[in-house]
Parts: sequence; structure tokens; C-alpha cells
Amino acid sequence: MAFWLMARTSRKVTDHLHRNIGILRSSSSACSLLNRTRRFESTKADKDISFGYDTSDDENQALDFPGGRVTFTSHMRFIPESPERRTHCYRVLDDNGKTIIGSHYQNISKEVAVKMYSNMVTLQVMDTIFYEAQRQGRISFYLTTNGEEAINIASAAALTPDDIIFPQYREPGVLLWRGFTVQEFANQCFGNGADYGKGRQMPIHYGSKKHNYVTVSSTIATQLPQAVGAAYSLKMDKKDACTVTYFGDGGTSEGDFHAALNFAAVMEAPVVFICRNNGWAISTPTSQQFRSDGIVVKGQAYGIRSIRVDGNDTLAMYSAVHAAREMAIREHRPILIEALTYRVGHHSTSDDSTKYRPAGEIEQWRMARDPVARYRKWVEMNGWWSDEDESQLRIEARKQVLDAVQVAERVKKPPLAELFTDVYDQPPSNLREQEKFLRDIVMKHPQDYPTDVPF
Amino acid sequence: MAKSVKELGKKWMISSFNKRGFSTDCSTLKSSSSSSSTVEKQSGKTVNLFTAINQALYIALETDPNAYLFGEDVSFGGVFRCSTGLADQFGSKRVFNTPLCEQGIVGFGIGLAAMGNRAIAEIQFADYIFPAFDQIVNEAAKFRYRSGNQFNCGGLTIRTPYGAVGHGGHYHSQSPESFFCQVPGLKVVIPRSPKQAKGLLLASIRDPNPVIFFEPKWLYRLVVEEVPEDDYMFPLSEAEVIRHGSDITLVGWGSQLAVMEQACVDAEKEGISCELIDLKTLIPWDKETVEASVRKTGRLLVSHEAPVTGGFGAEISASIMERCFMRLEAPVARTCGLDTPFPLVFEPFFMPTKNKILDAIKATVNY
Repeated sequence: MAFWLMARTSRKVTDHLHRNIGILRSSSSACSLLNRTRRFESTKADKDISFGYDTSDDENQALDFPGGRVTFTSHMRFIPESPERRTHCYRVLDDNGKTIIGSHYQNISKEVAVKMYSNMVTLQVMDTIFYEAQRQGRISFYLTTNGEEAINIASAAALTPDDIIFPQYREPGVLLWRGFTVQEFANQCFGNGADYGKGRQMPIHYGSKKHNYVTVSSTIATQLPQAVGAAYSLKMDKKDACTVTYFGDGGTSEGDFHAALNFAAVMEAPVVFICRNNGWAISTPTSQQFRSDGIVVKGQAYGIRSIRVDGNDTLAMYSAVHAAREMAIREHRPILIEALTYRVGHHSTSDDSTKYRPAGEIEQWRMARDPVARYRKWVEMNGWWSDEDESQLRIEARKQVLDAVQVAERVKKPPLAELFTDVYDQPPSNLREQEKFLRDIVMKHPQDYPTDVPF
Repeated sequence: MAKSVKELGKKWMISSFNKRGFSTDCSTLKSSSSSSSTVEKQSGKTVNLFTAINQALYIALETDPNAYLFGEDVSFGGVFRCSTGLADQFGSKRVFNTPLCEQGIVGFGIGLAAMGNRAIAEIQFADYIFPAFDQIVNEAAKFRYRSGNQFNCGGLTIRTPYGAVGHGGHYHSQSPESFFCQVPGLKVVIPRSPKQAKGLLLASIRDPNPVIFFEPKWLYRLVVEEVPEDDYMFPLSEAEVIRHGSDITLVGWGSQLAVMEQACVDAEKEGISCELIDLKTLIPWDKETVEASVRKTGRLLVSHEAPVTGGFGAEISASIMERCFMRLEAPVARTCGLDTPFPLVFEPFFMPTKNKILDAIKATVNY
């Protein structure tokens, strides 16, 4: 075949390869590579070589191959399974909420900064009260966002309302930021007649067309390839928008994650992948999920620009998502963000995580690494927040959520007819027949059926 | 997989298909739909099934700037040539290859459709649809329902070749339609001939619900028929009586109808009058047409290539038993594939062939 051509490689080409392949290498390790001599233990995977290239390779021999020129080497050398040092994590705020000197970040106005903080607190209060409502048996299920408030709110704030969200299920903060009211959250959790999902799904499966937030499904990672298809549509329609899809560390083991990253790169789709690496997929720790250096390194294998971010650092999260969005839309490319965080709560109300992880670990993250407290310090240091503001916000948020629960509880369930609508755009004859049959049965055996569903 | 697919594709392209020399132009004998009655006034060229599909895809892309066609090897025309010339005509942004990944193809298609586009996804062989099963069953089918009709992916149509082809073995022969017939929210459509394929595919693409459109791959080149050149559609969920008779009703779909038709012709010679129904849409299916026919004939035979156990024939049998029990003169007969994996050397033994059907017709009539 034509591309199987041997060619002499010029110095220019090797320089080019150095620049492009050496991105993850520090300058010191690059120096040591330059001084390398021929070794006998060449079949060992070399820790220093990130991508199977060093200057002792025979630079004169190369192969034109689809994807670019490949140089030959006489060393049998395997690419190591992991780099010597783990990929850095981008951070702006230190543990005390101070901006790290020299850090690069996107400026945030007082108004936006305070709204972000208020939303994070509202999310916390909503989680606390809804969780309790489940414990009291008032709703059937709940799942908190505790510990991941910064990822939720900061990423949402860095986007525009036109960006389409394909969520997993631990990102209600994005919807809150976009104006979905606490009452609307409560209506969904109670599955009442005001729930846009018409009481068909378990609590926390929110969705809102108005807010460009595609309805949550319980399946893991299925939303990822869908986000790519939607992003392709935005690109084709020349919209100033991207899609953003969220998922956890466990989700990256699903085939759909790999399908989505590969499709996104090949289709040059403006999609931002945000992985919440919170350490746990129900009871499975990341050590039993993958052996790579987390998720961020998987991006490059698919040809996707990627960054690891401190997910508990609101400013870092905001800045990274802001930059990712710009690159995705302007350059028609996907971006992968791995946000390091911790699931402070149990997986859901059906889970007790103290059975599989040390209580001390949870406490450490809950207290010392709380993203909300850290961000509050920064907002306070700017003079934008006071203790008085804090107590007023918490009192109001609490009242708002409690009211919403009480109202949602009193709203009637969706009518029985909604069981049969929306399966198709129009109910076919079998569904019309089954509805008629069911209504006769309910009339005959009313004691078998819930009384709060309007007939 | 890709290698074998390409090799088989080439092989099929040059295959003469001399095993199955039948006609399917019974479609022109009678048509119940209003759209097809106008169609019959038109004249068209005699074309094969893949060309009819190609025409439908051309029209779908031409009439809707938001229509997209994609899948493995679609760009150069597809391994069965259904998308020939379309990338040249509509550009590589609207007609394109995807990576070799079925769950990616369907997931991508759902997202594209959710944005209001018509996403026409090709799965190269129905045998390879299973990696996309989750996306089809849990996502596409429930997209509208779970959102309370806020979102839908009704613009999604999944085209995929199915069925026996004489030498396809386990993985180029299967008929997996019944897996999808238990999924509320999906429509499953299977055409029997070129003219039907064009009209039903256009209807499927424009239907506001996700549709799986199974294409009988044995017929791609084998069957020719006069196909109107214009833009026409046949209604979904409407069965068609393609041969009238009084002693027994036969129900089938896709390429099996041609085999059933031969059995009807032979039965006729022995004095048995058979009524043959093309179901066309498997879900939601047209029970009424089948019921009306069985009320007249008092007997029913269902035939499909898929294994008999759990096949869609079981559903038809049960439904008709419920509705016509007092009218039935004999048990409902099923002449279907065997409950084995689809075999290679043993394919002629596996298949629900003409004489198996003929014997079942006689046994039912003489019950």
C-alpha cells in the first residue's frame, strides 16, 4: 500500500514530535531522555517514556502511516502501564479558601459569586430535608449531592442556558442554577400531578425542557453517546452552544463511556464530558473500577483534550468548565474534565456506606474538605458575605424547602389516563383497549388500587 | 467482525440467489391504503430492494435538511449498497461513517433525534444490534414516556438487514424482531418487497416514534418490482391482505411471505383456498385485520424465520385464540425456525420452507 513508505526523518520532524509528544513530560525528564544510552533491559516497560518515544530512537527511519509519520526504533520497549507521576490536578483555592498565588482562573463578579454560594447552600438544605422526608416515609427514595456541590453549581454557572445538559443523577444543582424551583424538585420527588414526568419515574429523575436539562434515567452512562449526537446537531446548526454530560467514576467502565469519547473525537462534536470521580460507585472503590491514573488519562487515548480539576474547588471548576466550553464551541472539539471529589453521603437512601468504607474517611472529607465551606471563606474574604447573610439564607432556604414539601404532598397524583399517554405520540389500539379493561377492573375492585390517583 | 462483514457483503453482491426465484408483485394486487392507491396511478422503473431503499433514503434526505444518515461503512454506499451515492449528493456532514460501535451509533442517533432531527441509523446486520440493546430498550423506547413528553427521540429510525441468506451462519442470518416486540415505545416494521420497502421506510423515517426497520437482506438484489419514483408512504400498523382465500389465514412478514405465497399456490392446486396477510408492522400490530380474516376462514397459520419459541408468532397465536376461540376449527399452527442457533450447513433443515408450510396448511385444514 502507498502509505507503507520508508522515509528519512528530518530534524524538523523530530522537533515537532518532541513538542507534541512531550506535553506531559517535565523538562528534567526530557533531559534525562536526551542522555539515554542503549540498554540491554530494553524489553522492560520504561517508566520515563510516556508515549514510546525517545531521542535514542533511529530518527532516520520513519513510516508514513494513517494518522501521521511514525518513527522506528531498534529498542523493544513497551509503553509503561502508568506514568511515573500522576497527572496534576488544577486548583485555584487552597484549603483555607485563599487563591493560590499565580493561579490562573476566570474572574467572577460579586453577583454571580454570591448566587453560586446561595445555590450551594440551598442545594445542601434541600438535600437534608428531602433525605429526611424519605426517612419519614413521605417519599420513596432520595439521593444527595453532599460533597459535590461545587461541581454542580460551579459547572452550571460557567455555562449558558443554551448549553444542553445530559445529566447522570447527582447533578440537580445544575437544574437549580438554571431556575428550576424547589417546588418543582419536590413535585418530582412526590410524583404528583405537577411533576413534569407525570409520576412515572423514581424520585430525583428530574428533567426540564425549559431548562435544557434532559430527563434523568437510572441507566449508567447511556446519556454520554446521546450528548455526542446532540452536540453534533448544535454544530451543524451553528449554534453558540455545546452539550455537557455528567457521569461518575463507575460510569467510565461502561461501554457507552468509551463509545461516546471515541464518537465525540471522530465527529468533532462540541461536548464537555464532566466526570465526578467521587471515589465510590455504590460500594465499589475506584481501585476495583480501573487501574489507570483515574479518568483524565483516558481522554488522550481517544484524541480528546482533557484536564484534572479539584472538584471541591469552586473557582477551579468554574474556570475549567468555562475554558472547556469555549474550546468545545470555537474549535469543534470534545473536552474531558475529571473532577476529583468525594461522595460524602451514602449512594442513596437504599444504601449504608459505613458498611464498606471507614467512617473516618467520610468525616475527613465532610469536615476538612467541604467545598461549600472552602468557597464561603473566599466569598467572605472578598467582603461579599457575612454571618448575618448566612443565617438569613439558611433560614429562608429551610422554610422554602419545608413549604415545598408540604405543598407537593398535597397535590393530587397524575390521573390514571397518564399511564397510557406518551408511550407513543398517540395511543395505539392495544393501549386504548387495555385502558378500558383496566378502568373496568378498578371499578370492580377499588380496594386494590391507591385512592390518591384520580380516576 | 468488520472483515467478515466486508467479505460477505462482496460475496452477496455477486451472488445470483438462484435458490429463490419468486415474485413479490402481489403487492400490486390489492392495497388498502389511500396513499398507495394514488401511487398505483404513477409509473416507476423496475428496481430491486436495495435500490428502492436507496430511493427512500434519497427522498428522506432531500425533503428534510435535518435528516442524517450514518452507520458503519455507510459513506461509500454501505455493504449492501443501500446508501450508494448519497454521501456525494448530500455531503459528508449528513451522510457519514461512524466508528464500529453499535451502542455508539444508536446513542448518537438518540441524541441527534432528541434535538429535532431525523436520525437514520444503520446497524450493518441485525445480528450485531445487541450491543445497542440497552440504548434501544432503556433509552430510545422510554425517552418520551419518562420525560412526560418533554423530550422525544421520535426522529430516530434504525435500519438493519435481517434474515437468512443461504450462507450467513450464526451471525449473518438472524431474525431478532421478537426481542423488540416486547418494548413499548418502539415500532417494528418489516417490508416484503421493493415498493413496500420504499413506502414503509419513508413512513418509518417520518413517524414521530423510534422505529426499527428490518430489511430482508435475501431480497436486496433478488427481488425486482416496479417502484414509483415519487415520494410516497404506506401507513404503519396496517396489515394488508395480499391474497384472498376462504379456508385458512396465513400471517407473515418480510421475506417469509414469498415462501408462504408459494405454499398458498401449491395448496390451491390441492383445492385449499388460502388468505395471506402481510403484517408489515409487528408493534403496534393490526390485530383487527388478522381477526377479521380468521373469523372468515376459521383457521390460522403463522410463519417466521426466527425460532418458534418466544417468536412473535406466539403472540399472534395467543391474541387470536383470545378473540376467535369459538370460531377456530383447528389449533393455530406455527411454521417457524427451529430452537437452535441459526446454522450454516444445516440451514435448509432449519428454515420454515414451503413444504413445511404446505404440510401445516393441510394438517390444519384436515384437523
